[in-house]
Amino acid sequence: MTSRHPPVNDWATDFDHTDPGWAADPYPIWADLRQRCPVAHSERYGGTWLPVTHELVSEIAYDTEHFTSRSIVVSERRPGPDDLPAPIGLSPPITSDPPYHGIIRKMLLPAFTPGPIAALEPFTRELCRELLAATEGRTALDAATDYAQHIPVRVIVRFLGFPQDDADIFRRFIRQVLEDVDQSADERRDTLKELDAYMDTQIAEHAASPRDDLTSFLLEAEIGGQKLAIEHVRGTMTLLMIAGIDTTWSAIGAALWHLARHPGDRRRLAEEPALMDTAVEEFLRAYAPVTMARLVAKDFDFHGCPLKEGDWLLLPFPAANRDPSVFDDPDVVRLDRARNRHAAFGLGRHRCLGSNLARMELRVALQEWLARYPDFELADPAAVTWSGGQVRGPRTLPVRLR
Amino acid sequence: MTAGTFRVHVDQDKCQGHNRCYSVSPDLFDLDELGMSSEVGDGLVPAGLIEAARLAVDNCPEQAISLTAVRP
Repeated sequence: MTSRHPPVNDWATDFDHTDPGWAADPYPIWADLRQRCPVAHSERYGGTWLPVTHELVSEIAYDTEHFTSRSIVVSERRPGPDDLPAPIGLSPPITSDPPYHGIIRKMLLPAFTPGPIAALEPFTRELCRELLAATEGRTALDAATDYAQHIPVRVIVRFLGFPQDDADIFRRFIRQVLEDVDQSADERRDTLKELDAYMDTQIAEHAASPRDDLTSFLLEAEIGGQKLAIEHVRGTMTLLMIAGIDTTWSAIGAALWHLARHPGDRRRLAEEPALMDTAVEEFLRAYAPVTMARLVAKDFDFHGCPLKEGDWLLLPFPAANRDPSVFDDPDVVRLDRARNRHAAFGLGRHRCLGSNLARMELRVALQEWLARYPDFELADPAAVTWSGGQVRGPRTLPVRLR
Repeated sequence: MTAGTFRVHVDQDKCQGHNRCYSVSPDLFDLDELGMSSEVGDGLVPAGLIEAARLAVDNCPEQAISLTAVRP
């Protein structure tokens, strides 16, 4: 991806997660920082911090006193007076702080437990088969745009009960929210307004004719005998849409990218289906797509760093997953890594709500791909592109099929 | 101590519902309606499931699971 910002000179003092170097290959950057300074700082975005060790990332994830989740996407736009205040935030519960966070998270958790997610598996499998059937006769395709990106969009659209034909609209919104973070604050506000307007249309249609989906569930849900505010419903729908699509698309794409480049792993996984469970966890560890963020809640000294209230702080779970003090040979992908305490879905009370859904989608997407195309390779390694910002995954992934 | 007698336990304050333990050792853990985990029954680990219990411990991102030897 391109960035409107000047190139980074020194990652320890001037980092920028929208820099093309970060998008292309952030791992050497984090490895270098781990040696030099475990918490990097940048004046960009009005002041941002970046811890890169598993220990510090964990400590911050568990510390809701000094760090607020009120905004979790670092951009030029900090939450202002127009936004829902703490502890709810723009997209509850990801932008909420305790104790309110726990109340609204509990409301959502049952829908994401293994039982309800298993019920979505046949739909997901059928979808993957349809996508692959549509590639019949081709000798090359883009694994990111012809396959990976369609899977989570259609699954989430079904989950929320939106029109299946709106998938393209979602993809545009998601790109704007997650990748165009170097937009001006005004441009960013306009993007969010447009997204709100879309959600309001869906809410109005569901209010007029309720159905069995998550949108109707949110409209009917009550906390303490009160229905949720419309801003709350809209924020949660926005969250589920954004958090559920780009992330899983990235994870599926990164796993296929790895397999395209490692024929040994590809053959082994195709021939030993029992390896799939550990392989999925290992892909999640090695290529975790999501870097979270926090705002500093109050001035304090964090391991010698003078954090100021309102500073951004990136929470790079992908960097924690490559920390050699926690993982043996962290840069090596071992499909049978049996002991894998990775943090791809975050740590603490904000653990990814959709982790079971994401795992199911990743597993099914790889199973179906390998069943149809056990042998494939990158058509042109230089043509592969990666998204930058806080969700990293392949956005162009041309492969040659055998 | 009897060889092979272990008890597994999920710290409810630490569990965040990743469901990794349930995934690697479904015989040893139960999930509640929110997806939070707890050990089955009194947590005593059958001899054949000790490795499964260790895997649950070593795959919990929150380090919420303990495995301790039980004195007879």
